[in-house]
Amino acid sequence: MSPEAVKLLATALAIGLGVIGPGIGIGIIGGKAVEAMGRNPEAESTIRNTMILGIVFAESLAIFALVIAFILRFI
Amino acid sequence: MNKGPHISIRPETLFSIGNFHVTNTYFTSLIVIACFVAIAIFYRSQIGKEKKPLFFYLIHFIFSGIYNFFQTVVGEKITYLFTLLGSLFLYILLLNWFGLLPGVGSVLVRVKEGHEYVLAPLLRGNTTDLNTTLALALVAFTATQYYGFKLLGPKEYLGKFFNFSSPIAIFTGLLELVSEFSRIISFAFRLFGNIFAGEVILVIIAFLVPILVSFPFFLLEIFVGFIQAFVFAMLTAVFINLAATKAH
Repeated sequence: MSPEAVKLLATALAIGLGVIGPGIGIGIIGGKAVEAMGRNPEAESTIRNTMILGIVFAESLAIFALVIAFILRFI
Repeated sequence: MNKGPHISIRPETLFSIGNFHVTNTYFTSLIVIACFVAIAIFYRSQIGKEKKPLFFYLIHFIFSGIYNFFQTVVGEKITYLFTLLGSLFLYILLLNWFGLLPGVGSVLVRVKEGHEYVLAPLLRGNTTDLNTTLALALVAFTATQYYGFKLLGPKEYLGKFFNFSSPIAIFTGLLELVSEFSRIISFAFRLFGNIFAGEVILVIIAFLVPILVSFPFFLLEIFVGFIQAFVFAMLTAVFINLAATKAH
């Protein structure tokens, strides 16, 4: 394989494999938050804010994978 | 020759004054700051008047919404934290949404690069530049440290990180210190990554299917821009709150 092909493949693998974990994590966070809202609808606003915070922390891992992909692709 | 859409992480230099390069993202940020200051001056000038225009009430509604929300996060500290949190939120929101306006990124100018002339966009969304997000992250980080020192006192705040009572305490203190600094990186790259990825998606979709298909992605980007501004301000609030609570 030529170096460019390997570089493209590495970019795709970095972001493709990197979002698996955060994807599962965000799914679990969202599901549990909906469950909690169903049990206690009065606490909806606090649950929503906590959910967004949790999603953000899970998502920042995907962002790190994205940064690696950018570095491989453009630098 | 690469025929695909042109994507560059580095902002393009429009012209240079001496050693200072005026980039397209910097030019955009000047426009946004002008809008921001104009809104602030308008709000301040109308606040004492008897009969206020409708626009004042719109801004007032937005401000009080932000105020009430952050009050639930930081409690009575909101009286002096609102200026920081509110301006972080509104400034990032304006920057993110300004990048989605028609003409931003599509109006090209001829600039000199080295010895040849190339086409570069005149305006470019400011949060797609890593310099801006890093600067905003440093503001958030410095504010967190400042309020930690101010509200807890230097001795107690530093005691969170340098605790020599037991070997485990030394280790966890060091971990706390590292995580404190890694927040700068995650703040900067979260905002940059989300907005830049959005711009790239819009460019690619517009390249693949020129009409109509990019519309839902624009709606998604408006939502993402709002969420990222919200998250940036809220994380700053949460970290200030954490820095101001006693270690246990």
